[in-house]
Order: sequence, then C-alpha cells, then structure tokens
Amino acid sequence: MSAAEKARTTHADVAVVGAGPAGLAAAVAAAEAGAFVVVVDAGTQPGGQFWRHRPETAVPNPDGKGHHGWRTYVDLRARFDTACQQGRITYFPGLQVWMAQKVEAGFIVRTTPTNAGCPGSGYHESGSTVLVPRLVLCPGGYDRQLPVPGWDLPGVMAAGGIQAFIKGNGALPGRRYVIAGTGPFLLPVAAGIADAGGKVVAVLESSSPTAWLPHLKAAAGVPGKALEGAEYAAIFAGHRIPYRTRSIVTEVLGAGRVHGVRTSKVDAEGKVRHGTEHVYEDIDVVGFGWGFTPQMELPLALGVETRLDADGSLVGVVDERQESTVPGLFLAGEVTGVGGASLAVLEGLAAGGSAAGNPGTGAASRDAARHRRFAEAMHRAHPIPEAWQDWLTPETIVCRCEEVTAGQITEARESLGARDARTLKSFTRAGMGWCQGRVCGFAAACLGTGHGNAPTAESLSASAKRPLSAPVAIGELAELETNNL
Amino acid sequence: MSLHALGEIGSTGGPEAVRMSFDGRAIVAVPGQSVGAALVSTGITAWRGTRKESRPRGLFCGIGICFDCLVTVDGEPNQRACLVEVREGMEIQGSCAQDVDSPQESDRGQK
Repeated sequence: MSAAEKARTTHADVAVVGAGPAGLAAAVAAAEAGAFVVVVDAGTQPGGQFWRHRPETAVPNPDGKGHHGWRTYVDLRARFDTACQQGRITYFPGLQVWMAQKVEAGFIVRTTPTNAGCPGSGYHESGSTVLVPRLVLCPGGYDRQLPVPGWDLPGVMAAGGIQAFIKGNGALPGRRYVIAGTGPFLLPVAAGIADAGGKVVAVLESSSPTAWLPHLKAAAGVPGKALEGAEYAAIFAGHRIPYRTRSIVTEVLGAGRVHGVRTSKVDAEGKVRHGTEHVYEDIDVVGFGWGFTPQMELPLALGVETRLDADGSLVGVVDERQESTVPGLFLAGEVTGVGGASLAVLEGLAAGGSAAGNPGTGAASRDAARHRRFAEAMHRAHPIPEAWQDWLTPETIVCRCEEVTAGQITEARESLGARDARTLKSFTRAGMGWCQGRVCGFAAACLGTGHGNAPTAESLSASAKRPLSAPVAIGELAELETNNL
Repeated sequence: MSLHALGEIGSTGGPEAVRMSFDGRAIVAVPGQSVGAALVSTGITAWRGTRKESRPRGLFCGIGICFDCLVTVDGEPNQRACLVEVREGMEIQGSCAQDVDSPQESDRGQK
C-alpha cells in the first residue's frame, strides 16, 4: 500500500459492503455487539434496492408506501443512525468497491465513487480504502435475464428496474406494460405499477400454477408470504391485471422503441405451442425478470467456495454463522442464495453479530431455515424453462454490450468447441463489454452447454470472475502497479 | 408519494422544478429524480447508440448494472443516467446514432 493510500485508509473492526436489507442488519448487529464498523455502499442513502426510496434530501421522512417490511427498515435505520452518531458506524455512501483483497492483517477494500465527476453524489474521498480484520459482503443481486428477439429495444427493462424507477423517482417509465418471465417477484412489480397509476396489460408467467403443489408444506412454514400473496391477488383483481401462466413473450415488437409484444403459450418444458400466438399492441414498457443473479464478483475475488443453488445461481458457501470458507469473511443476503429481504435481514444480523464476536441465537437460525425452505420451493416451482434457447433466432442479440448474437455463440460452440462462458467470451466477446457479462453471463453460459442443459458452477464462476468489480480511473490502477501489495 | 405519469413533468414544471438541458434542448425535472427518469418523463427513451450497429439504448436494468444508459453529464462522459441525480443547470449529452454518424447529421445540426 502506498503512503498516499495509507493516508486515506480507514481502519475498523468490521467492514460491511452494501446497505440493503442484509448490509443494514449486519452493520447494526456488529455495532451493537461493540465493534467499530465501516459501511461502504454504492447508493447515496441506506436501503439498497429493496428499500430504495426517493432521495431524502428532496423528500424527507419517506412514508414507505409501496414497500414491504418498511417497519423493519425504519427500525434498522434508526439503530443505524444512532450507531453513526455514536461513532460506532462510519458510513461511506456513494462508493462502489472495485477491488477486495485478502492480506495478512485481514481485508483491503478499495473503492471508487459510484458517479465519478458528479458533485453532490455524496461520496467521501476519505473512504476510498478500508483495512479491516473482518469483512461482511452484502452486495445483493439483480434481475436474471434471458434474451429474446427485440429485447434490446428501448422500453424493455428489467422487472426490478421498473420497480426501482417507481420507488426511486416517484414516477412511472411509461403508461402500458407487459411483465414477463418467471417467479413471485413479477407480482409486486405489476402491483407497484398498477398502484402508481400504470396499466399492466398482462403478466406472463412461464411456469404453471400447479408447479406449486409439491411445495405447499414449505410455503406454509412462512405465513407472512401467504399474506403477501393474498395482498397481490387483491391488487390484481382490483386493477383487473390478467395473470397468464405457461405464457411467454416470444418477440418484442417495435422500431427504435417498444410498440408491442408477441406472446405464446408454452408446454411444461417451455416449448412454444403453435397456434397460441397473441400480439399486444400499444405497449410502452416490457419488464423481464427470470429470478435473480447474486453479485458474486467480490466473494469470488476473495476465493470463497461456491455451490449451485436450487435456482441455478452461483452462490457462496457459508456456515450457520454466515462465515464463508475464507476465515474472517462473512456473506449475507442473495450471495448465499436468493431468498428475499426477510431472509437477508436474518442473515445480516447473524453475519454482523458473528463478525463482531457475538453469534446469534438458535431461534433466529431456525427462522432463517424456514425462509430458506420457502425460497427453495419457490425456485423449484419457477425454473428457467428447459427449452428457452428455442425462442431465439440466430440474429437475437445475447450480449447487449458487444452486440453478440445467438448465432455467433452457437457457431463458437459448434465449430470451435467453446462450451464454457470463459472460452465463449474470448471467441465471441460475449461478456466483454461495459457490464462485463453481468446481464448476459447466465444466458451465455446456458448457450455454451447447449439445449436443455444448465450451466455448471465452473462456467458461471468463470463469467462472474471480474478482475475489477467496477470501472475505475486509470490513475487508481496505475497507483496499484507501483505499489507493493 | 406523488406520482407523475409519463410526460406530465415535462409539460408543467413548477416552482420547485429543476431546469437542465439535454443535447441543448431545455428540459425540467423533479428534484431528487435520476437523469434517466427525467429523460424518460420528458418522452426521451433512447440517448445512446451502440458502437457497432448504432442501436438505440436507454434505461434497462435501472440500478447501475448494465451500463446501457450511459450519458455525458456536465462534460463527464460514461455516467449511468439511472444513478446520477438531477441538478439545476445540469448539461446532459446523449450519443445517439443519428447525432454521431448518420447521414442526417448535418440536417439535425441545423435544427
């Protein structure tokens, strides 16, 4: 570490990356257990994606309308603010981590402003490097995507992006919507649009309602989720939102922007049932969500052991204290398995407490186990359709950044033997652009394995390993090179 | 929470409105909004052209993951429109295909 970097390095007992449900809970638990905590978050205020709300500088005292678990947020936030005032938590908003490194003394976390060169984005120069003996990573996740013809037209958004737009701006990105993909998350997205005054023309779910039947026992273990479901059912009925199961968008229509979608019914494997095509016209916004992808680059950079979760996502292996296979490194939230905010809070509390030397109680871990069973049931009831690759044409864009088509990827697989995401990337440039494969990584890994096969942990790991976790200025890199790490 | 439907902000403004420009054209936004939301609310859904085929792009992931929504803000290139908050006097520039290298460039320049 250079002298200049040493001078701007913050030391603490525990660093927490992320200030969403898991990160907030971890920070609060660690601080309340007596640790000095540094919290680094890419956002400009606590809440993450789940509790994203309009900037408090513009709209003070948010009322939590449209949010779930807002009382939990208000409680955690009050404890977070108290710990900040007491000097137990040092909070660095507006910074994203671009490199995490294991050293003898613990972990070095290097950060860069989320919005470089945009004054007022709230970051602190002094927070640029953090050195701690124990680290809690709570980076969350983002919508998993499957490409489909026309999905790069403006007006097509991630389902979660629509929700973030509404929560963060108090505005709608359009008037008439089609929401498609799979999973329970499509319901709150559609309900949020309708509540804000948008027209949801249809919600298309690729799975079947009967897919739930084998999993009812697990679902019954978390009664709160049944209440949530009833609430969405009421909103759907009130706004007359059609919920079509075993249905998909086969093509997004439009020139220069979205104008409509072509849809079809599918069978249990996801094969299109011919003769069931339908076109929805006059659509502004199409929202796609196929579950979530945990943000694994930081855990992978630090060398944690990984596994494939029930939804096919690559996640980190942790023990009951949320400690990864790297001693002193704790993981909480979606990076240990996509399971929603309630579970993320429980995991965050356990991770933060453990990192501060005060592991939680058995009751909390039993509660978490129930949530995990529920999440697993949800994943099994809402799989990625086996036949999804049949929906593509050779011209369909897979990698949005580098404009790599399905045909080019198939060609690389068939002619050049590229079967894992890493080899595909070097032959086709899929995953080499601005987003570094965050959006297309899962789909490209599926395409590499061929029809009907799920990608291996090795392939997903190769596509999620990113030497730099965020774009950085060349000067920040240059400084590293001259340093003795 | 007050909700503003598409286009409503652009047409009204109001005493608290934030005044900015997009490619030289005046636009107004609500304090606290993202640049991306301000553009979409004004009816601008695409502000970048892709490198190879000049395909139009705007908001996609909405949370800073995809980098589809890159804009130049006050001369600083490659800013994510979904993450940058609007500010009075902000100058936003897109890089749409038509503005960069299409045959109509000179026509557009005269508008």
